[in-house]
Amino acid sequence: MLNKTAHVSEAMFSKKIESVPVRDGFGEGMVRLGRENPLVVALTADLKESTRIHRFAAEFPDRFIECGVSEQGMITVASGLANYGKIPFACSFAAFSPGRNWEQIRTTICLNDVPVKIAGLFVGVTVGADGATHQMLEDISLMRSLPNMIVVAPSDAIEARKAVIAAASINKPVYLRIPRVESPVYTTEETPFEIGKAVTIWEEKNPQVTIIAHGVMVYESLLAARELSKKGIMSIVINCHTIKPLDDQAIIHAAKLTDAVVVAEEHQQSGGLGGAISELLGQQYPAYIEIVGVADSFGQSGKPKELLERYGLTAEHIAQAARRVIKRKNS
Amino acid sequence: MLTNMATNLPQDELRAHAQAIRIDIIKMLNQAGSGHAGGSLGMADIFTALYFRVMHHEPENPLWEDRDRLFLSNGHIVPVRYAAMAHAGYFPISALKTLRKLDSDLQGHPERVRMPALETTSGPLGSGLGQAAGYAYAARMDNRRFRVYCVTSDGEHNEGNHWEAVMFAAKYKLSHLTLFIDRNNIQIDGFTNDVMPLEPLSEKYKAFNWNVIQIDGHDFYQILSAVEQARSEYQRPTVIIAKTIPGKGVSFMENKFEWHGKVPNDEEAKRAIKELQKNA
Ligand SMILES: Cc1ncc(C[n+]2csc(CCOP(=O)(O)OP(=O)(O)O)c2C)c(N)n1
Ligand SMILES: [Mg+2]
Repeated sequence: MLNKTAHVSEAMFSKKIESVPVRDGFGEGMVRLGRENPLVVALTADLKESTRIHRFAAEFPDRFIECGVSEQGMITVASGLANYGKIPFACSFAAFSPGRNWEQIRTTICLNDVPVKIAGLFVGVTVGADGATHQMLEDISLMRSLPNMIVVAPSDAIEARKAVIAAASINKPVYLRIPRVESPVYTTEETPFEIGKAVTIWEEKNPQVTIIAHGVMVYESLLAARELSKKGIMSIVINCHTIKPLDDQAIIHAAKLTDAVVVAEEHQQSGGLGGAISELLGQQYPAYIEIVGVADSFGQSGKPKELLERYGLTAEHIAQAARRVIKRKNS
Repeated sequence: MLTNMATNLPQDELRAHAQAIRIDIIKMLNQAGSGHAGGSLGMADIFTALYFRVMHHEPENPLWEDRDRLFLSNGHIVPVRYAAMAHAGYFPISALKTLRKLDSDLQGHPERVRMPALETTSGPLGSGLGQAAGYAYAARMDNRRFRVYCVTSDGEHNEGNHWEAVMFAAKYKLSHLTLFIDRNNIQIDGFTNDVMPLEPLSEKYKAFNWNVIQIDGHDFYQILSAVEQARSEYQRPTVIIAKTIPGKGVSFMENKFEWHGKVPNDEEAKRAIKELQKNA
């Protein structure tokens, strides 16, 4: 059952639900933010249109910086801008930023504690035909291990737009993980969004399993929950858009209700949200956990849907994991 | 074994190979529905020269231990390499239509593990020269005789990693390493001169102690002479700065940065192939 306080789209499970590339929401958020806050500056490394920063660049040419293909250069320049007092958003593909420039992020942004916002577009296997080199599956792991860094992974275009605005309002480094792919817009203007606060989207009486997800896997999790419900398996679905700091309270609360947790994410099974939740529950409330993610392999070229299927990242896989974890709990 | 000879070269034959490779690039990109047309077409002449005249290699024995090595740094133009390899006999031309499809060895960006003859995996820019330099260094430690070629783009020269390798290769006098630059003046966000100016590029390499040769990258005589000149250099690595026309051979793609990462639709593909056939 959909949680009323989440105010999700009325078209949630209908064919009419609109699909929009999550990155488009990011681009729109940047334009709105630019109008609100003159301190905001955007940088890119020769990926203006792919990162959807081209509209910001057109409207605020004086606050847009083209760095050329130089992710290490771009991120250190962003560090300098933030140190001065600007609010820089460094936009590239996640495989290159934070993939290539991790040490510069560690030292000049995190240890230095300056509020650079790093937007990593093109994440997960849904990047598609470009193949493994461009399908970033390790970024959450890289970013969440850094002190001072906040890690946010929006689940649809509206949430991506809200995440941009929210990221600018905190005086901290933030990593925004933004999918390229079209994904159903299941949230609305009214859906609550606050960095660090997980949102319960689906909630049934006497739940047997909690499904926690981020990014495009949230919608897949909701589809899974609906299927499970039809078979009499009640569940909770949490959109955990902020991976760091984790909403410990919400997660422990749900774990206590179900004792069985499935984490679903378009990331390696190690080091991502699944890792973060395992660390939390392992130390504070041991529960049965299954992680639906990429199993220690790289992606490959293909269509997004084919690849989600191939790498075990669909609603069906989530439902199977839910059955497995419930079985383990009950055995 | 294919070998080279700059003199007496059958220019017409090479040109015919290059046009056939261009036609296959158009077909494979059209079928894939995504990929990079501009750089792939622009480098068709140089890849034809490499695979049909320059490199010592054995397509039927792709990992022949004395083969010359070719490192493609700007991995996004790999369609030109796949097409040249197919025409040289590495695999059937029919395999080209699997480009960018699930389970194909012809990944969107080159992957050595799936196709060892590619020598390395690339796509993320600026890392090819360092790898080629490392390989060349290792080969010299063992007195191996083959040459190492590396192909880069101009956009890649924005990356610090590339310039670190430029210094390394000069310091260690890797004269058996030859670098081609696809100097086509475009990258994704526009003309290189607007995105990140590189000139004076040849002076930069000279200042970094490289042997510098500038050529027209569509003139086979110049391509092959430059390679010959590189072979007679025993002190420095050689860079061949090849002026090319991105989208070469297809008038509506030529010199347009918009075609960096675009592919022709059915109608455009038809027009492009017609034009390439006419000038074959
Ligand atoms: C490290 C890295 N950053 C960004 C990209 C995205 N990218 C792919 S091609 C390209 C443009 C590079 O210019 P160039 O190679 O000269 O393009 P071409 O002449 O082939 O059109 C960029 C920025 C990448 N592949 N790798
Ligand atoms: Mg170029």
